[in-house]
Amino acid sequence: MNILKKLVLVLGLASMPALVAAQAPNPAPAPAAAEAKAVAAPVATAPTVAPVAEKAATDAAKPAAATDGSLPGYTPMKPTPGVGMPVDRGVDFQDQYSANGHYAKWINNVVLLPLITVIALLVLALLLWVVVRFRRAANPNPSKTTHNTVIEIVWTLIPVLILLGVAYPSLDLVAKQFKPAPKEAVTVKVTGYQWYWGYAYPDHGGFEVVSNMLKEKDEVKPGERFRTDNDGPKLLAADNRLVVPAGVPLRLQITAADVIHSFAVPAFWFKLDAVPGRLNEKALTIEKPGVYFGQCSELCGARHAYMPIVVDALPPEQFAAWVKAKGGAMPGEKAADAAAAPAAPAANDNANAAAPAAATK
Amino acid sequence: MTTIAAHPTDHHDHAHDDHKPSFFARWFMSTNHKDIGTLYLIFAIFAGVIGGLISGLMRLELAEPGIQYLTSWASMMKGSGASLDEAYHMWNVLITAHGLIMVFFMVMPAIIGGFGNWFVPLMIGAPDMAFPRMNNISFWLTAVAFIMLLGSTFVPGGTGLGAGTGWTVYAPLSTSGSVGPAVDMAIFSLHLAGAASILGAVNFITTIFNMRAPGMTLHKMPLFVWSVLVTAFLLLLSLPVLAAAITMLLVDRNFGGAFFDAAGGGDPVLYQHLFWFFGHPEVYIMILPGFGIISQIVATFSRKPVFGYLGMAYAMVAIGVVGFVVWAHHMYTTGMSVEVKMYFTAATMVIAVPTGIKIFSWIATMWGGSLSFKTPMVWALGFIFMFTVGGVTGVVLANGGVDDNLHDTYYVVAHFHYVLSLGAVFALFAGFYYWFGKMSGRMLNEFLGHLHFWVFFVGVNMLFFPMHFLGQQGMPRRYPDYPDAFAHWNEIASYGYAVLGVGVLIFFVNVFWSLAAGRKAEGNYWGEGATTLEWTLSSPPPFHQFETLPVIK
Repeated sequence: MNILKKLVLVLGLASMPALVAAQAPNPAPAPAAAEAKAVAAPVATAPTVAPVAEKAATDAAKPAAATDGSLPGYTPMKPTPGVGMPVDRGVDFQDQYSANGHYAKWINNVVLLPLITVIALLVLALLLWVVVRFRRAANPNPSKTTHNTVIEIVWTLIPVLILLGVAYPSLDLVAKQFKPAPKEAVTVKVTGYQWYWGYAYPDHGGFEVVSNMLKEKDEVKPGERFRTDNDGPKLLAADNRLVVPAGVPLRLQITAADVIHSFAVPAFWFKLDAVPGRLNEKALTIEKPGVYFGQCSELCGARHAYMPIVVDALPPEQFAAWVKAKGGAMPGEKAADAAAAPAAPAANDNANAAAPAAATK
Repeated sequence: MTTIAAHPTDHHDHAHDDHKPSFFARWFMSTNHKDIGTLYLIFAIFAGVIGGLISGLMRLELAEPGIQYLTSWASMMKGSGASLDEAYHMWNVLITAHGLIMVFFMVMPAIIGGFGNWFVPLMIGAPDMAFPRMNNISFWLTAVAFIMLLGSTFVPGGTGLGAGTGWTVYAPLSTSGSVGPAVDMAIFSLHLAGAASILGAVNFITTIFNMRAPGMTLHKMPLFVWSVLVTAFLLLLSLPVLAAAITMLLVDRNFGGAFFDAAGGGDPVLYQHLFWFFGHPEVYIMILPGFGIISQIVATFSRKPVFGYLGMAYAMVAIGVVGFVVWAHHMYTTGMSVEVKMYFTAATMVIAVPTGIKIFSWIATMWGGSLSFKTPMVWALGFIFMFTVGGVTGVVLANGGVDDNLHDTYYVVAHFHYVLSLGAVFALFAGFYYWFGKMSGRMLNEFLGHLHFWVFFVGVNMLFFPMHFLGQQGMPRRYPDYPDAFAHWNEIASYGYAVLGVGVLIFFVNVFWSLAAGRKAEGNYWGEGATTLEWTLSSPPPFHQFETLPVIK
């Protein structure tokens, strides 16, 4: 039996190198990350105006723009069916729209799922085999074998090796998920309330957006806003969305005001608890503009099921327009009109900016 | 495992001193381990029916999108029209009650209180448990705890009647988030149930260490006794932590404490650490005795001793030990540091190794055996496969990075129902079919037993397998309503519940029919494969057994 104990120890020790390879923890920056200076400023106002104006024009047909949550220069994006939301009869994970999401889904679908399927089928096959081969009619005289050291070592060691194989990508994923957001990332502070979400933008003037679930037409008083298909599926749509730029690193800081909630968006493989008195932080870069839905994922009382999360990931230029419409300002905007947008991130954003039109229509 | 042969004379000379007390004294003041075991089993079946009916209400509401029934149920409880919020609160009360009842008042009383009390003394050749009166108070504390929990649903608990905190009772939802006496009553209920289990654990440890028949060394004990011994240590070490945590909840709720209140310098996550330091060993508390039962049954019906006895025993010890250092895998999304998350990922995966040893050893026990497929064996085979399915999804969830998406979704619900509802419950049914003749003196009907198995097997798989899909698609748990995209698999799951319900009905028909008209059970009705000491006694055993201790060669 010492062998068994040693094996357990060996597995524990063997996972150490992987542990060492891990990153240092991410020291949660003070909420004052708002101070981030001369940030990428993906303002580039001129090119943005066109698409936004175009959109506004198409929306102009609607009688009261305000009832669909739109602002001057911002119309909530129409969700794409099957993107960022569950699909009817779906069995797999939702399509992923973040780098870590792709990696995690790959680990599950290419490493873990085949592995566990094979193990379960192996056990089933062995069971069926013994049931047929060693039924009393086929094998009237039982053997008296009670030990076989070799096979016992084998079925201890092989699982250990398999688990080591799984541990490598798994711990690598954890390390990647903990990679802190770069300094210039856009900070959004998410606060869970009973039973709605608040999204504050400390880098953009500190305004807070309050996001409540949209009820159905027959559930609201006349004149009140209700959910339409442009808002998203039933129980998932919200009046004000978490608007963020796509393709740009985000720093989501998550907390709660009353009880524990959990901020979760399956399409980003993102879930982090909103705990009162604690500021949890995690980096996220959304690959494509679009609308992505999530739901509160920690029991928080009566209306736990009725505080959805809606992320409206806009091309950076449209995000800047939205910020302006909310009365905020892009970081360093006043001082840095002259400052040429620092290279890399902005360039990427512009490349992505082509996609949104396709995504929205 | 060493074959155990009892002293040849020990089962002849009891009949004349088999004096049973009067009905009230026998059942309400019982100090006899077999009677207390019977009480526990009846209690657990009763609680299981209530907990199962509650899940029926849940599956009915979830069968299609929208809120169909909750409002009227909440109105019924309240006695007047209930608001929508009260209806939603009712949902939380249902999930809380289902979880607490199934864990504390169904599985634990049945598997430890019921089968443990009945068969640990019989299997080690002891006349009774070490502390018979303590055994009695363990049972009655559990009964009072259950009444307390049921009572909590009739008093205010915040938004509506009853405690709607989930079985985990997370602060601050359970403190500042739930005003009213319901949560206090639920906490007291847990205190009582916990105290009962600690007393039971002390009793089992003392009995197993001190009252084994001459010649029965620890390494000759049947594996079921090993499993109860390990379980008793888990109970003894983990329940005090739960008691401390929920006492701190009481202090926060009623005496201005701030253990879990950030505004007062406390930490809500501290509660989760304390709870899961108990909660993770708790899941092994529910499944380890099941492992023991399955080992006995597989050996009996293979007519072959358990393969790798020592490996099997120490695999359970290893699971018990490692089970104490993996708790935070229930908390991957609370915002822990990267090292902590990696540690818990690696440590959790380690558990797959001893669990794998058990699965393979059961198969090896059957390998080369001469298998007969009586009802208990069929349940045991079902257990091995279904527990494997639940176990491998546990390996998926162990990965902290992957779990970020699956945490608190239906994937987790599917996982723990595969290991509990198809694991622990299959083991319970297996044990019940295995020992019912020994306990009652009547044999259960084989045909109805097989029918029960197949209907139940189809039902639970229809019920729980689609939940993997729902979880992967992102459906959060503890939701009374869901977006339309989740409707299909929820509908199938609800049909599965109906099939399962038919299975349970067959079970009750079988039990009542067999009690009334079942074939009389012989002492050793399973034949030569059944080698443990309970089979050397009559069925049912005499009121006091082993007055002359059996000697183990």
